[in-house]
Amino acid sequence: MSKLVQIFSSRRTWAWPYVLFMLLFVVLPLILVGYYALTDINGAFTLHNFAKFFGHSEAIHTFFYSLMIAFFNTALCLLIGYPAAYIMAMEDFKTPKVMAMLFILPMWINCLLRTVATVELFNMFGLPLGEGALLFGLCYDYLPFMIYPIYNTLQKMDTSLVEAAQDLGANRWQSFWKVIVPLSMPGVYSGIVMVFMPTVSTFAIAELLTHNNIKLFGSLIQDYITTTDLLNYGAVLSLVLLVIIGVTSFFGEKDAKEEGGLV
Amino acid sequence: MAKGPQFIIEVNHVSKQFEDGKYALNDVSLQVKKGEFVTILGPSGCGKTTLLRCIAGFQVASSGEILLKGEDVTKTPPYKRPVNTVFQKYALFPHLNVFNNVAFGLKLKKEAPETIKKKVRRALKMANLTGYEEREVDTLSGGQQQRVAIARAIVNEPEVLLLDEPLSALDLKMRHDMQIELKELHEKLGITFIYVTHDQEEALTLSDRVVVMNEGKIQQIGTPTDIYNEPQNCFVADFIGESNILSGTMIRDKRVAFCGQEFDCIDTGFGENNPVDVVIRPEDIYIWKSDGSDKSDRSDDDPEDRVPKGKFTKWYGEVQTCIFKGVHYEMRVLTPDGYEFLIQDYHEYLPGTEVGMLVRPEDIQIMKKEHYIYNYFEGEVLKNGKVRFLDAEWEVEEKQLEGFTDGDKVQVRVKFRDIDLQDYEEEGTLSGYVHFILYKGNHYHLTIRTDEGYDLYVNTDDVWDDGDRVGVVIKPKAIKIDKVERMNE
Repeated sequence: MSKLVQIFSSRRTWAWPYVLFMLLFVVLPLILVGYYALTDINGAFTLHNFAKFFGHSEAIHTFFYSLMIAFFNTALCLLIGYPAAYIMAMEDFKTPKVMAMLFILPMWINCLLRTVATVELFNMFGLPLGEGALLFGLCYDYLPFMIYPIYNTLQKMDTSLVEAAQDLGANRWQSFWKVIVPLSMPGVYSGIVMVFMPTVSTFAIAELLTHNNIKLFGSLIQDYITTTDLLNYGAVLSLVLLVIIGVTSFFGEKDAKEEGGLV
Repeated sequence: MAKGPQFIIEVNHVSKQFEDGKYALNDVSLQVKKGEFVTILGPSGCGKTTLLRCIAGFQVASSGEILLKGEDVTKTPPYKRPVNTVFQKYALFPHLNVFNNVAFGLKLKKEAPETIKKKVRRALKMANLTGYEEREVDTLSGGQQQRVAIARAIVNEPEVLLLDEPLSALDLKMRHDMQIELKELHEKLGITFIYVTHDQEEALTLSDRVVVMNEGKIQQIGTPTDIYNEPQNCFVADFIGESNILSGTMIRDKRVAFCGQEFDCIDTGFGENNPVDVVIRPEDIYIWKSDGSDKSDRSDDDPEDRVPKGKFTKWYGEVQTCIFKGVHYEMRVLTPDGYEFLIQDYHEYLPGTEVGMLVRPEDIQIMKKEHYIYNYFEGEVLKNGKVRFLDAEWEVEEKQLEGFTDGDKVQVRVKFRDIDLQDYEEEGTLSGYVHFILYKGNHYHLTIRTDEGYDLYVNTDDVWDDGDRVGVVIKPKAIKIDKVERMNE
């Protein structure tokens, strides 16, 4: 009896369901992706699919195009999000909660629904769908992920640091660039990681907002995976994407860890 | 040398009102000479930091003006003022190392890298931090961070250095060391220091002049000796050091009565038979073993001949408690009339000892009483036979209302003694809290601040603590009603 109690009061015991979940839904799929990438349709070991990717100009082109779209989207989010976070974190700003709420509110709705609504909005105003619409939609979707970590770091920042900078002769502009920006970098890194990575692999938003005219890397993967005989090639593309995301998040994490952004 | 303005800083009638209408500063005026070490001293919330922030430029005064070297800087932003601040929590930039923290101001001024290096090195040497240039600031101890903050401020060669409770985060030993270092630094640099603290010992040790503040107002400005020996009001006497504060009557110039006897003193100009407050420092009372029957000038228990001879008024009492305080003993002595005195002496007199006491005339400090016997309120007679004052309705005796009709504006007066305080605030007609306590030898003089923001003065024998919530009760017969005109005469 007491042994049972001991088992159930141990933290380790309660971790097991989660470990099991992660094994089944995180580790196993990764192994499967690796397996499919390294085998052909008959299950025999091959590196052919990798070779195919590096010779496949359309895939590489799409890959770099996706990176570019993700880059622009991240830059756009940062450009819009930083000032928003800064305004909300300012001491004399009376309603930061309301404003934060307004930014978060769209996230209550599924992002696909929101994208469909965006398409309708573009149609209503007679605006063309395409690259512009895609950037708009992506920015609209991912902006909160940029604002929130930046707002967090800015809000936690000691206001006396800004006062100290002003006291030492820095005007508002100088104290912003020399103190506020460097100190908010952990939040910026978190924001970048959280916007950049999902944008690279996005596909549904791209399809909806461009009438399937623009293919992003995510769409490409989806296309291959849903085509039975190209499953293995799709797995290779997934793996390439995974490596890229892993590398970017590794760079971001180094700085984000210290000030505790969202990642 | 060019002849500049007489004062480096002039604060003229500065008030700072916050959005809720409360005054953080209320008509504050202060002049500081070049090279002075001035300390602004007061309890938390007294407005001392607000005053410093107005001088630094982080807050703008609601009214009044601040002059730096004769120039109006009331609305000048902080980065254009020739002052630098050492912040309470240091406010070092965590993303920069020690060198770059100190060099921050110089780099903004675009000084040559060689000059910056030289100046930073010199400032760090002054702050005893040589060799710490490359350290990250969060690897430093509190004392070291404090030194970086000081170096970062003085490297800019400011005309005035503002220090906002710079030592409050350090432990006692460290604080004493830093006090000495700051004093030396002030002498070396020769610039003006304005230092904010709530620690009276620190203020007395460091400063050329002390500014005592309370509730947004300056209570007294003077040298540490002035402030200690001649406090101008009860607040200063009570806040600076220990003191015996008693109610007395000024009989005539140089003659005062308190605790049932008359004493010679040296103060003049308080009129005749006027109520005053008397302050005697615990170390200024001479004490010797005596049961009061010995009328000679000195006692037999006074081998060192410490008690001054001459015609001094003596009084007698019994030692209640005696605590060893390191250098001296601190004793509480109770007189037969029920007055309690705090006395510090190098000699030990055990509880139960009957002792004689005397104080030299120059050690009796007389202060004008700011208020005595009565609280005065504005009131209004109501239809139901009650009177409204302090935002509440009170029952009064019928005879008090004779000659008044409904709606008449009246002056209400209530003796300090006649206000009853209740433990439970619901039991009072009004509720409030104990805002200030003064022990007057045989009773407590309390300031009660009501929830509506009024102050009442209460004399009581009961012991209350600062901040205690109380209910206020005033019996009908204690309320006296006067015509408003009568009071104005």
